[in-house]
Amino acid sequence: MKTSYRDALREALREALDNDPRVFLMGEDAGKYGGTYAVSKGLFDEFGPERIRDAPLSELGFVGMGIGAALGGMRPIVEVMTVNFSLLPLDQIVNTAATLRHMSGGQFSVPVVIRMATGAGRQVAAQHSHSLEGWFAHIPGITVLAPATIADARGMLAPALADPDPVVIFEHALLYNMEGELDPHDTAGCDIRSAAVRRTGRDLTMVTYGGSLPKTLLAAEQLALQGIDAEVIDLRVLRPLDTVTILASLRRTHRVLVVDEGWKTGSLAAEIVAGIVEQAFYELDAAPVRVCSAEVPIPYARHMEEAALPQVATIVAAAARLAART
Amino acid sequence: MTELGDRAEALTLLVDMLRIRRMEEKAAELYGAGKIRGFLHLYIGEEAVAVGAAHALAPDDNVAATYREHGHALLRGVPMNAIMAEMFGKRDGCSRGRGGSMHLFDRARRFFGGNAIVGGGLPLAAGLALADKLQGVARVSASFFGEGAMAEGAFHETINLAALWRLPVLFLCENNLYAMGTALARSESQTDLCAKAASYQVPALRVDGMDVLAVREATRAAAQHVRAGNGPYFIEFQTYRFRAHSMFDPDLYRDKAEIEAWKKRGPIHTFSARLKQAQMLTEEQFLALDAEVAREVQASVEYAEASEWEPAADLLRDVMSPHAP
Repeated sequence: MKTSYRDALREALREALDNDPRVFLMGEDAGKYGGTYAVSKGLFDEFGPERIRDAPLSELGFVGMGIGAALGGMRPIVEVMTVNFSLLPLDQIVNTAATLRHMSGGQFSVPVVIRMATGAGRQVAAQHSHSLEGWFAHIPGITVLAPATIADARGMLAPALADPDPVVIFEHALLYNMEGELDPHDTAGCDIRSAAVRRTGRDLTMVTYGGSLPKTLLAAEQLALQGIDAEVIDLRVLRPLDTVTILASLRRTHRVLVVDEGWKTGSLAAEIVAGIVEQAFYELDAAPVRVCSAEVPIPYARHMEEAALPQVATIVAAAARLAART
Repeated sequence: MTELGDRAEALTLLVDMLRIRRMEEKAAELYGAGKIRGFLHLYIGEEAVAVGAAHALAPDDNVAATYREHGHALLRGVPMNAIMAEMFGKRDGCSRGRGGSMHLFDRARRFFGGNAIVGGGLPLAAGLALADKLQGVARVSASFFGEGAMAEGAFHETINLAALWRLPVLFLCENNLYAMGTALARSESQTDLCAKAASYQVPALRVDGMDVLAVREATRAAAQHVRAGNGPYFIEFQTYRFRAHSMFDPDLYRDKAEIEAWKKRGPIHTFSARLKQAQMLTEEQFLALDAEVAREVQASVEYAEASEWEPAADLLRDVMSPHAP
C-alpha cells in the first residue's frame, strides 16, 4: 500500500485512539485546524473535542497537564508543535516526567508520549530549525525515538504508548511528505529499543537518524558508484542507544562516520563516537568522522541554510576520505 | 468568627498543627546535628493552612504541594516515621531516601509531592483533574503553591486551562508575603492575588490563613463547588512563616517587628487560647496532648535512625520501569 510518512503517523494515532479509551491527543491546533503538519487532520471530526484537544499557546501548561493526566491513569499523546517550542515545557519534561519515578523511590509511572516536529531545511530560519534531539537523549528517565521510515512512523506509537515511562518522539519536518510502500498487515513487532541496518556494506559504517537517514542512504548510493560499499545504520532510538548494533557493524567495517543534524559540540554524534572509542578502540582502522550542522543559528537564505546542514555531497566527500585513509 | 464546633474535631485540628510544629522543630534540630542535610524549608507559622485544608478534603482527593510540604504530607496520612526517615535519606523514607525534604511522595495516599520547581505542581494537579474528569471520577485535585508561584507562567497557563475546561482543581495559594526573600510588592505589579485568579473567571476568596477553622470552612465550601463539577476555585490564604526561607537563609529582608507581629497571631497559640476560653481545653490537657505529639516525634526519629541506607548498588533502580516493552 502506497502511503506517506504523515498518513502513517495519522493511522497510528487513529489505531491508538480506537484501541484504548485512555488515549487522547492534545496540542496546539491539533484539533479543528488538523495539526500544524496535518498529521491529525480529520481526527477531530472522527473522535471529537474531548479526545482531540486543542490547547492554547501554553506549552508548559499543557505538557505538564499531559504528565499529570498520565499519572492519573490516562495515556496522553501530547503534540508540541516543534522542538523549538519544546524549550518552554522542558522544565516539566526534565524536572517532572523524567525524574518522578526515581525521585519517588519507584512509586510513579508517567506513561506520557510527547511528539514534536524537528529539524531544518525549509528556510524557516533560526527559531524554527533546531535539531535538539541530542539534548533530550542526554536525560535519564525518558526514551527518545526518531522514526525515519514510513514503517516506523506507523509502528512506533503503539509500543511508545505501552511504555510505562515517558517517550519523546521526534518527527523530522522534511519527512512528512515522504512516500513509500507500507504493508498494512505488518504493523506488529515494531520495537523501540534497537537500531536498524538500513543498508549493508563492508567498507565503512554510517550511523544516522531522523531526517538525515534519506540523505545518508543517497550518499551510500553515490559512494557505491565510486566503489565504496557503505553500511547505513538508522539509530531509530536515540535513548537508550543501541550500541550493540553499532559495534557489530564497526567490527565488520572498522570505519565509522556519524551524520547528525545537531550541532557538533556536545552532540549525539559526539556520544556515539565516544562510545565507540571507549568500547572498540582497537577495531578502528581510522579516526571516526562526524558530519554535523555548522555551529551557527540556522540562517534563512537557501544557500546559507544548505551550507549549514549536512548534505549528500558533504557526506559523500567525508565518507570517501574516511574510506581512503590508511 | 468561625464556630468552634465539636470539641473532639477541634482538638484534632490543634493536635495536627502541633504534630507539624513539633516534627519540624525536631527536624531543624536534627539539621543542626547533621542528621538532615540539603535544603530544609520549615512551615512553622503556616500550619493552620495545611491542617484546615486537609481536614476539608476527602481521603481520595489528589494533592500536589510545594517544597515546603512536610505538613501537607503528614496531614494526607503519610506516616511521620516515613517522613522523618525520608529527611534522613533512609530506605524506609516515603521516597526511599531519593527525594529528601522537598520530595515527599505517597502514591497510595494520592500525595504527588513535594515539588522543588516553583509552580511545577500546578500543571500536574490540573492534569490529574483532567484524567479524573475524562474517567468520570468525582475527585478534587488540590494544588498548594505560594504567592511567588503566581509570577510563574505555569500558574497563568494552568488556571486558564482549568477554567476553560472546567477541571476539578482547587487552587490553594499560601501567601506568606515573601518569595524566598522578595516581598510581594517588590515583585508584582498586581498584589491583589484574588484579582489575578478572578481574571480567569475563577471564583476567588481571601481567607485568614492563621485561623484553622476559617481555612477549613473556606476549603470545604470550595471543594464542594469543585466536586460538583463547577470548575476550579481559588483561595488565597494569608499566612506567614516564622522561620527563615531555608536553613541557609540569614533572613535579612524582613523587619523583626513584622515577624513579631505575625507571631502574635500564631495559629497554634491563638487557637488553643480560643479553646481554653470556650472551656474546651485546660492547660493541663494541652500539655498532655503536646507530650503525646512529642512521643510521636521521638518515635519517628528513632525509626529514622534505625532505618537502613539504600544500598548504593540500587542507584540505577527505578530510573526506568523494568516492564518496558
